Amino acid sequence: MTAYVIRNAHVLGTQVADLRIVDGVITDIGADLDTTDAEVVDATDLVALPGLVDLHTHLREPGREDAETVETGTRSAAAGGFTLVHAMANTDPVADTAGVVEQVWRLGREHGYCDVAPVGAVTVGLGGEQLAELGAMADSAARVRVFSDDGKCVSDAVLMRRALEYVKAFDGVIAQHAQEPRLTEGAQMNEGELSGVLGLTGWPAVAEEAIIARDVLLAEHVGSRLHVCHLSTRGSVEIVRWAKSRGIDVTAEVTPHHLLLTDELAASYDPIYKVNPPLRTADDVAALREALAEGVIDIVATDHAPHPSEDKDCEWAAAAFGMTGLETALSVVQQTMVDTGLLDWAGVAERMSAKPAEIGRVAGHGRPLAVGEPANIVLYDPRSTRVVRPEEAVSRSRNTPYAGRELPGRVVATFLRGRPTVLDGVVVEEVAA
Amino acid sequence: MRHLLSTGDLTRDEAVLLLDTAEEMRSVAERPIKKLPTLRGRTVVNLFFEDSTRTRISFEAAAKRLSADVINFAAKGSSVSKGESLKDTALTLQAMGADAVVIRHGASGAPARLAAAGWIDSAILNAGDGSHEHPTQALLDAFTMRRHLAPGQHGLDGRRVAIVGDVLHSRVARSNALLLSTLGAEVTLVAPPTLMPYGVDSWPVETSYDLDPVLPKADAVMMLRVQRERMNAAYFPSAREYSRRYGLDGKRMAKLPEHAIVMHPGPMNRGMEITADVADSTRSVIVEQVTNGVAVRMAALYLLLSGARDAASENTSDTTEGQA
Repeated sequence: MTAYVIRNAHVLGTQVADLRIVDGVITDIGADLDTTDAEVVDATDLVALPGLVDLHTHLREPGREDAETVETGTRSAAAGGFTLVHAMANTDPVADTAGVVEQVWRLGREHGYCDVAPVGAVTVGLGGEQLAELGAMADSAARVRVFSDDGKCVSDAVLMRRALEYVKAFDGVIAQHAQEPRLTEGAQMNEGELSGVLGLTGWPAVAEEAIIARDVLLAEHVGSRLHVCHLSTRGSVEIVRWAKSRGIDVTAEVTPHHLLLTDELAASYDPIYKVNPPLRTADDVAALREALAEGVIDIVATDHAPHPSEDKDCEWAAAAFGMTGLETALSVVQQTMVDTGLLDWAGVAERMSAKPAEIGRVAGHGRPLAVGEPANIVLYDPRSTRVVRPEEAVSRSRNTPYAGRELPGRVVATFLRGRPTVLDGVVVEEVAA
Repeated sequence: MRHLLSTGDLTRDEAVLLLDTAEEMRSVAERPIKKLPTLRGRTVVNLFFEDSTRTRISFEAAAKRLSADVINFAAKGSSVSKGESLKDTALTLQAMGADAVVIRHGASGAPARLAAAGWIDSAILNAGDGSHEHPTQALLDAFTMRRHLAPGQHGLDGRRVAIVGDVLHSRVARSNALLLSTLGAEVTLVAPPTLMPYGVDSWPVETSYDLDPVLPKADAVMMLRVQRERMNAAYFPSAREYSRRYGLDGKRMAKLPEHAIVMHPGPMNRGMEITADVADSTRSVIVEQVTNGVAVRMAALYLLLSGARDAASENTSDTTEGQA
């Protein structure tokens, strides 16, 4: 395999060094490394981070290949600097058996742009009634450790308790989509002054917070590990903070869009801003940023949710929930967390690589940039800016909420186990070995 | 004015102009020939995704009295129920050369989408969208109030209006709250707490959970239709209890000042929010609201499609001043 020397990178935004990569492993870090027999990648003024890990991606395959496939989704992930994504289970068929998770995992391996760790469904068909074969998925080649009915909440308290207990046998985690179903029937946007004026059915913060409160208490009671998906309100932050102070084993994620966008955007009635959980208030956004900086919220996860254009080119109520996010995640985190002084690049690496890999219990990802570690690396130019153009998306779908917006930063290169999946900002074709 | 989507978009001057223009239009109805040539050659499409015969007929009569060609498009089923999408319907109407689209849709914001999405260039008139707004209903209500309570005046300054019932789901209440306060009226929304919108404190209105103390000060009381099915979603315990606490009967009507009027946007649930004797009483202006609806819709179509000129005195030389 080709050797690479990455020249003059700002490792985690601080020390300038060269990195030598041989056979998928970082073999040397230092000044003026020997470039004999190696391809040189100039990283002057670029930040080197460990390859990003997403705990929450929708790849849509099998079933909705018109929106995204494992191939297009992992290309999109690579373009965003990711080397591993967790593929959510709400496909068709649902990823609730060893067969489906193995298929998704294998497709990721075959295409080679980005590793795929399938998430298994908690309940059969996301039906919320019967546990899926969690152990079979854990024991499969896909080695599933994260289980979620994402898109739907495991709202039955007994079922949630049993799931939390059961996955302890293989060190799994339940990633809960916290949404009390009765409180959100027909809900369209954050319940607040604006929903009342717009005549859109409100989605109260309490519908999220009540489930999180219940779940942290359940997790405490049975001594299990709980992960909270896409936390979106100040109240949710307070509950997680309280739970952590009690020693409850809970982790939480926030999406880039909840760090940047607010419910005011719904006033346009443009469903590009329709998402689950809904965009919240500026006060919630401030609380989420603070919590991410403090570590109350552990990680950033994209909730990349591709949809074909007809599912957004319609009236608000008819539109699908969700927005794409893989290719803009790092830029949005730079804008909201780094450029604001809330996080340094080491903090970003922790929250977008090391910690999500730890929660997902995946080996070989989220490792430090150090000699002997796997060469999963992203080179990022924080000084450039770009205007987001949906038609330039690598993802098959165009439903980005940032169209026309200027965002800072650009992923210049991504290395997956020493092989570039992105070079000069462009996805490398046919990376598969 | 390019579109009429929300009464919140109207300045006081624009609202007064609409009402004044409606006065002129109403006088047309008293002429032997009830027709103006103003919109001859223009095409108005009534695009109704929800059944509403009364609103559709009102717009149709308004457009025809202005000599416009009228196409009624009953788009049964929206993209929600896998019929033709709003976008494809809009593209079709664009291809047919519709100058104005009057849209009634079950989804809040559907008219705003039509106006902003770039699918169609026509003027868009919101004829009721979900539980958002129904601007021409509010305009005809304000028009009716001005005739009775503030004749010869521009606005409704200082007049007190109570709007009673299912405010939460009511597009009529939203449009009226915004328009009437723009016109200077003091609006009080009366509803059980379950049917009061979240965040109503930020609206330019007073609120009350109790109807009786509001009535003696009201110049107009507007009763909103309440669907009996709401009680299945626990908004109130029973139709009987709702009527007892929030219905307008003869006894309550007697608490109103002498000059006060009773309004209802229709269709009424007689015996639910309003008793038959109140609906048919001399204070009731409910039938007149319907008459005024045509005049107000003529005014809205005229101002959107012809620009702000003197309507009733206009002759057939009308031509070039199209919309942008």
